[in-house]
Amino acid sequence: MMIDKDEVEYIANLSRISLNEREKDMFVHQLNDILSYIEKLNTLDTKNVKPMAYILKVSNVFREDKLETSIPIQDVLINAPSTKSGFFKVPKVIE
Amino acid sequence: MRLFETSAIQIKNKILSKEIRATDFIKIVFDHIKNVEPNIQSFITLNEDEAIKKAIEVDKKIENSENVGALAGIPVAVKDNICTKNLYTTCASNILKTFIPPYDAFVIKRLKEEDAIIVGKTNLDEFAMGSSTENSAYKITRNPWNLECVPGGSSGGSAAAVAADFSLMALGSETGGSVRQPASLCGVVGIKPTYGRVSRYGLVAFGSSLDQVGTLSKDVRDAALLLRVIAGYDLHDTTSANIAVPDYLDTIDSGVKGLRIGIPKEYFAVSFNDDVCKALKDALKIYERLGAQVVDISLPHTEYAVAVYYIIANAEASSNLARYDGVRYGYRTFKPNGIMDMYYRTRSEGFGNEVKRRIMLGNYALSSGYYDAYYLKASKVRNLIKIDFDIAFEKVDCIICPTSPVPAFKIGERANNPLEMYLSDIYTIPANLAGIPGISIPCGFSKDGLPIGMQILGKHFEEKKLLQIAYAFERETDFHLKKPALKISPV
Repeated sequence: MMIDKDEVEYIANLSRISLNEREKDMFVHQLNDILSYIEKLNTLDTKNVKPMAYILKVSNVFREDKLETSIPIQDVLINAPSTKSGFFKVPKVIE
Repeated sequence: MRLFETSAIQIKNKILSKEIRATDFIKIVFDHIKNVEPNIQSFITLNEDEAIKKAIEVDKKIENSENVGALAGIPVAVKDNICTKNLYTTCASNILKTFIPPYDAFVIKRLKEEDAIIVGKTNLDEFAMGSSTENSAYKITRNPWNLECVPGGSSGGSAAAVAADFSLMALGSETGGSVRQPASLCGVVGIKPTYGRVSRYGLVAFGSSLDQVGTLSKDVRDAALLLRVIAGYDLHDTTSANIAVPDYLDTIDSGVKGLRIGIPKEYFAVSFNDDVCKALKDALKIYERLGAQVVDISLPHTEYAVAVYYIIANAEASSNLARYDGVRYGYRTFKPNGIMDMYYRTRSEGFGNEVKRRIMLGNYALSSGYYDAYYLKASKVRNLIKIDFDIAFEKVDCIICPTSPVPAFKIGERANNPLEMYLSDIYTIPANLAGIPGISIPCGFSKDGLPIGMQILGKHFEEKKLLQIAYAFERETDFHLKKPALKISPV
């Protein structure tokens, strides 16, 4: 077993997801299946291989620093669950 | 043949020659949707009022002899993870149930500029995570060829919509095969363009180094037409390539004489479905008869592709999906007790199990102590997979293999085994990792009458050659013209 219940709780916390006991058991089982499959990568020697993040040659993309129109604030706020005076409203952050 | 069963290019010609009005055609299409869609369930949202408005606008332009766009009057369905201004974009997730984008994705802007008519938004696996469209929070889409089977996924709604003639073409998206695999299972044509060929602006992010918008259509020429419309550089996506978009249609009938087709021995080494195997072998005979040369090649790191993919795609997903926190858009839990409680409950209630599984797997692979073992290792093997293709393409013009190891499978058959579901994408994932383009076209039917797809892979930015190779086969065969027997749904 590569990942136990404590670790599932730990990564659920990192993910800001809460799980009940039944879900924890399910994910322990399923994540172990997947991680054991992924183990096969360790049979490859990659000491001298460079990691690849992007397929194409990427370089910085610059543009002129000029003012462009953006989406109006009221259109942006229309999807927010809660707003106040043109801002997103959230529960108290600092106790 | 009923009017909506024809190709987009044929309908466009009829609209331009005033043989039929765009308005009349779109009404015929919506009547057909109302009759049959209850059996198929390919749409999350229909866009009928706006579609008719757009059709009227197209008809006016034609009446006044004004210039019209390349897709004038053509009904197009759009996967529901592509942002459409003022039209729900849910990603088939409860967390985005109420989301109405304030802007159009680049590809949607292009469709509108070319006078396409957006029919509606199609079902998918939640956040495009899946291979069967069973992971939608809203509905299960059925395969038009057999209602007990899945349409594939994650662009299953778009593939089913084209197969059932609800739209003449559709947009999908790919991270690991989500256009090609459902195209194969539904008997339609699907293209995954080169990474960077199409702007990702407004495509809801999943795995940003892999994501690409793709096309679904009834035949290869329609695919060429649609790809030309959506391809091109966009300032809003810095990974979109500033390379001119060719006319994919002008030399599409050049044939395959003298071209070299590579057959990866690793893809044929694993046992797959007999019907798929036979269809592929027959297809290769046709290519040989047409003057192509079939040669064996090797892609030695193929067997590692799925493992690499599930680390990289999920690592990127865990980061991309951190934005769903109940603050700016989408679902927020009821009466949260503080900000942390809001995050936890919003995400736990808003995401389905497959999405949770992938976010957790991604965070695990990126977490302290595991990064080198998983993410770094996967990024290195990804490079080996790309190098395999680089070496292969020194010898051949394209690579041909099955799109999916099996035809459409039964609904529920793989739902409880994520790993088995992940392995459905074994033939499509390598192209996403290497960023190369691929096209899936119909190449036969199983004994049970289910469509079989063949995949053609090419070098970066060689979509034009792929379309030419695909068209050479399509011209010789009639698999793409076969239609599922659709039943009118009981009222």
